[in-house]
Amino acid sequence: MSDSARDILIVNESRRRFLEGMGGLALAIYAGAARADKKPIAAASFEPNAFVRIASDNTVTVVSKHLEMGQGTYTGLATLLAEELDADWDQVRVEGAPADVARYKNTLLGLQATGGSTAMANSYEQMRGAGAVARAMLVAAAAQEWKVPADSIKVDRGWLYAKGHKASFGQLAAKAARQPVPHNVALKDPRDFKLIGKPELHRKDHADKTDGTAMFTQDYKLPDMLVAVVAHPQRFGAVPKTVNADKARAVPNVVAVVQFSGDNRARFSGIAVLARNTWAARSGRDVLEVDWDESRAFRLGSAEILAQYKDMAGKVGLVARKEGDTEAAFAARHARLIEAEYELPYLAHAPMEPMNCLVQLREGSCEIWNGEQFQTGDQIAIAAMLKIPANKVAIHQLYAGGSFGRRANPTSDYLLEAVSIAQAAWDKGVRAPIKLMWTREEDTRGGYYRPAFYHKAKLALDGDGKLVAWQHHVVAQSIIKGTPYESLAIKNGIDGLSVEGLADMAYEVPNLRVELSTPDNIHVPVLSWRSVGHSSNAFVAEGLVDEAAAAARRDPCQYRRDMLSRAPRLRGVLELAAAKAGWGQPLKPGAAGEKRGRGIAVHEAFSTYVAQVAEVTVRSDGSFKVDRVVCAVDCGLAINPDVIVAQMQGGIGFGLAAALHGAITLKDGMVEQSNFHEYIPLRINEMPMVDVHIVPSVEKPTGVGETAVPVIAPAVVNALYNATGKRIRRLPIANQLSA
Amino acid sequence: MIQLSINGKVRSYDDVDPSMPLLWFLRDIASLTGTKYGCGMALCGACTVHLDGQAVRSCVMPVAAAVGKKVTTVEGVVDDEVGHAVQAAWQRLDVVQCGYCQPGQIMSATALLHTNKKPSDAAIDAAMAGNVCRCGTYMRIRAAIHEAANTLSAYRP
Repeated sequence: MSDSARDILIVNESRRRFLEGMGGLALAIYAGAARADKKPIAAASFEPNAFVRIASDNTVTVVSKHLEMGQGTYTGLATLLAEELDADWDQVRVEGAPADVARYKNTLLGLQATGGSTAMANSYEQMRGAGAVARAMLVAAAAQEWKVPADSIKVDRGWLYAKGHKASFGQLAAKAARQPVPHNVALKDPRDFKLIGKPELHRKDHADKTDGTAMFTQDYKLPDMLVAVVAHPQRFGAVPKTVNADKARAVPNVVAVVQFSGDNRARFSGIAVLARNTWAARSGRDVLEVDWDESRAFRLGSAEILAQYKDMAGKVGLVARKEGDTEAAFAARHARLIEAEYELPYLAHAPMEPMNCLVQLREGSCEIWNGEQFQTGDQIAIAAMLKIPANKVAIHQLYAGGSFGRRANPTSDYLLEAVSIAQAAWDKGVRAPIKLMWTREEDTRGGYYRPAFYHKAKLALDGDGKLVAWQHHVVAQSIIKGTPYESLAIKNGIDGLSVEGLADMAYEVPNLRVELSTPDNIHVPVLSWRSVGHSSNAFVAEGLVDEAAAAARRDPCQYRRDMLSRAPRLRGVLELAAAKAGWGQPLKPGAAGEKRGRGIAVHEAFSTYVAQVAEVTVRSDGSFKVDRVVCAVDCGLAINPDVIVAQMQGGIGFGLAAALHGAITLKDGMVEQSNFHEYIPLRINEMPMVDVHIVPSVEKPTGVGETAVPVIAPAVVNALYNATGKRIRRLPIANQLSA
Repeated sequence: MIQLSINGKVRSYDDVDPSMPLLWFLRDIASLTGTKYGCGMALCGACTVHLDGQAVRSCVMPVAAAVGKKVTTVEGVVDDEVGHAVQAAWQRLDVVQCGYCQPGQIMSATALLHTNKKPSDAAIDAAMAGNVCRCGTYMRIRAAIHEAANTLSAYRP
C-alpha cells in the first residue's frame, strides 16, 4: 500500500462496534468550498456544504457520496437531507459526488467507498446535519429579509413562512448563501419525521431509468471517443507471446491495436482493439491472432481444487473461534453425532452492465467516468500507475448497472486495465478518450469471483437433543490477502471475511471451535460478492442447525429460538417470519405426486437481522419451485420502507439465482462458463412471491443491500429437506433432487 | 447509405456496415443509448426494441434487417398509448433498481400488452422469461404489468 493510502485509511476492525461507538453529530461541512468537478454553479445558487445545493429555480440538488447501483442509496441519502431541510420531495434531485475523500469519505470505512451495507449507517447523522445547516441558513436569510425573529419562521415543503411573509427556497437561496454557517444545529426528534419512514416516497432514479435517459458508463460518450474491446487470455496468469493484428487493423473504423499488461498486484494482460464504434472494435477483436505464453498460467480445475481443500480440512487450521472444549465434548458420551461436508462454488457477480470504464488521459492528469464504487482506492491505484499525484485523477460518478461487489475491487482491475490501454494508445500517438467495454464473455471469465468454499463439520447432541459441541473447518481463498487492505481484515493469519457469520455466530453452543485454512496456491482472482463471507457461511450454519434440529426431532424454528436467548433481535425476526408464514400450520397440499415443504433460516449480517421462511413444491421428477418466501427484517429505524422491501425482494432473487443455478467452474485452469446460457441467472418464472415484514425500531439504521442474500439458500434447502427428507449440502442445488 | 425509421423519424446514414447489429447501430450511430447491451446472444433481453410493434432482440439482428420497418426504442415508446401506461406503472410501483435491464423489460411488457390486454401471471412469466434482471425486480415487473393493463382497460370502451 502506498503511504498516501495508509494515511487516509482509518478502517475499523469491526464496523459494527465502530457504529455502536459513534455518538453525536458528525458533520462534514465545508462552507463555500470549491466543487471538485469544477462545474459552473448557477448564479444565485446556495451551496452551504458539500452535500446540497439550492438553486434560484427552486431545485434542491443532493450530492450523493455513494454509488447508486440499484440499492436505492440516492433515494436514502436524499430522504435524510430533505427531511431536515424540510424540502418538498418533488423539488429534490440527486447527483453523484466526484472522487474527493476529504469531503466524501465513508465515515465508517475511512475512505470514499460504497460497500459493507454502510451507506445509510454512516450517513444517517451526516446527511441530516447537512440538511439542518442549510435550513438554518435559509431561516437566517428570511429573518434578515423580513426583519422577524428566526424562531417565528416556519419551514414546510420548500417554503418559509412568517406572519405576512412567504418565500420559496429558491427566492431565498442567494441571501442564504451570505449567511454564516452555523456550527451547532438541532436535529429533529424522530417523532417529527415527515419523509423518513414513509413508504409512499418514490425513488429518485425511477424516471430516468424508465425513459432511457439514465446515464451508465456504457452510455457516456465524449467527442472522438474510441471503444476498446479486448482479448484476454483463456487462463489466469497467461500473457501474449505473439500477436498478429493485421486482420483486425483491416476492419473499417479500427484505429489502433495495443497490447497491455498490469503488474504483480493487478494481474491482467491482453490485446485491445480500438475503434470508432463498438461493433468495429468487437469485429477486430474477433479476428486477432494471439499466441499466449501459458508457462506461468494457473492450470488447476475445480475438481483438483476441491480435492486439495478436502485434504486441507483434514489437517489442523487456524482457530477463529473457540468456546469450551470440543475435543473433550466429542470424547464424552453423546446421543447423536452429525458429520457433514458442505461445498460452494465460485460465483460471478454478473451485473447486467458488464465492466467498462471511460478514460481521458492528459499530460500529467487523467479523467475517469465510471460507476464508481471505490473512489479512494481506485484514485490511488490509477495515480500510482500513471506516476502522478492522486489529486490529478478526477473520477466522475455515473450509475452502475448492478455491481454486487464487482465494482469495488481492491486491485482496481478493470479501471487499471482501461488506464493501461489508454497509456499504450498514448504511446502510439492516440490522444482520444477511450472506453473499455468488456463483452459478457469477458465479464464472466474475468475472474474476481466469490471464492469457492469447502466446509467440514462435526456436531454432537446430548440426550435431550441439545447441540453441545460443534467443530468446524472452513477452507477458502482470502479475498483480501495480497491487496493493500490485507492488514485491516487479516488478524493472526485469519481473514475475518472468510469466517464471518460462522466464527461470530449467535447460537449458544457450549463447545464450539471454528478453524480456517487459506490456500495460497490457487490463483483464481477472488473478490467480495454481495454479502461476502456470509453468502457461504449462513448457508452452512443454517443448514447444520437444521440438521441438528432434525436429528433431535425438534421443530427447526423452536430449536433455533432456544439457542438464541441472548440474541433478541435475531429471535425477533425469527418469530416474526414464522408468525407471518403461518409456521406450525399445515401447508396447502400440492397436486397429485407433488410434495410440499417449508424451511426457515435466520442470520445477522452487517448488523441487520433477517429471517426467511421458504415454501417449496417438489414434483415427482425432482424438479421444484420456490412458491413463496416470507421475510422479516430488522435494520433499525427504517429510512425508506419501500426501498427496504425492494432490497429484500431483490436480494432473495439474487441469492436464489446462486442457490438454484450459480456456479463458475474451471477445467485445466479455464473457466467453463461464458454467457447467460452457461452462467444461469434467475428468470421471472422462477421468482417466488415474497412477503416482507419490517420490524418497527428506533435503533440506529443499518444496511439492507446485502442481508437478504445469504438467508435464502438455507431457507430453500431446509424446505426441500422438509418436503423430501433429502439434505442438500452442495450448491448450486441444480438437479440434485432428480439424481 | 441506409435509411431507417426510428421512433417515427426517418433518417439516412452513410457508411454503415449493414451487418452491424441494430443494437450497436442504435447506440453508437443513432446515439439512442436507452437500448442496452447485456449478452450479445439474445439471452438476456436488455437490447429489446420493437420492429413494426414486435419485440425483437436487437443484439442479434443486423441493421439491414430493420430497413423498411418501424423501429421503436425505449426513447420513443412513450408515444405509444400502451408504452406510456407501462412506463407510468413502472414509476408508480418503483420497479427499478440498477435500471440497466429496465428499457428491455419495458419494451417486452409493452409488446405483451399489445397482444394480451389482460395477461395472467403465467402469461406474464411466459412473455417476460427472456428478460433477465439480476437485481431481482421480477415481482414488481409482474405487478406493474397488471397495473398498466388495468389503467389501459379503464380508458378503453
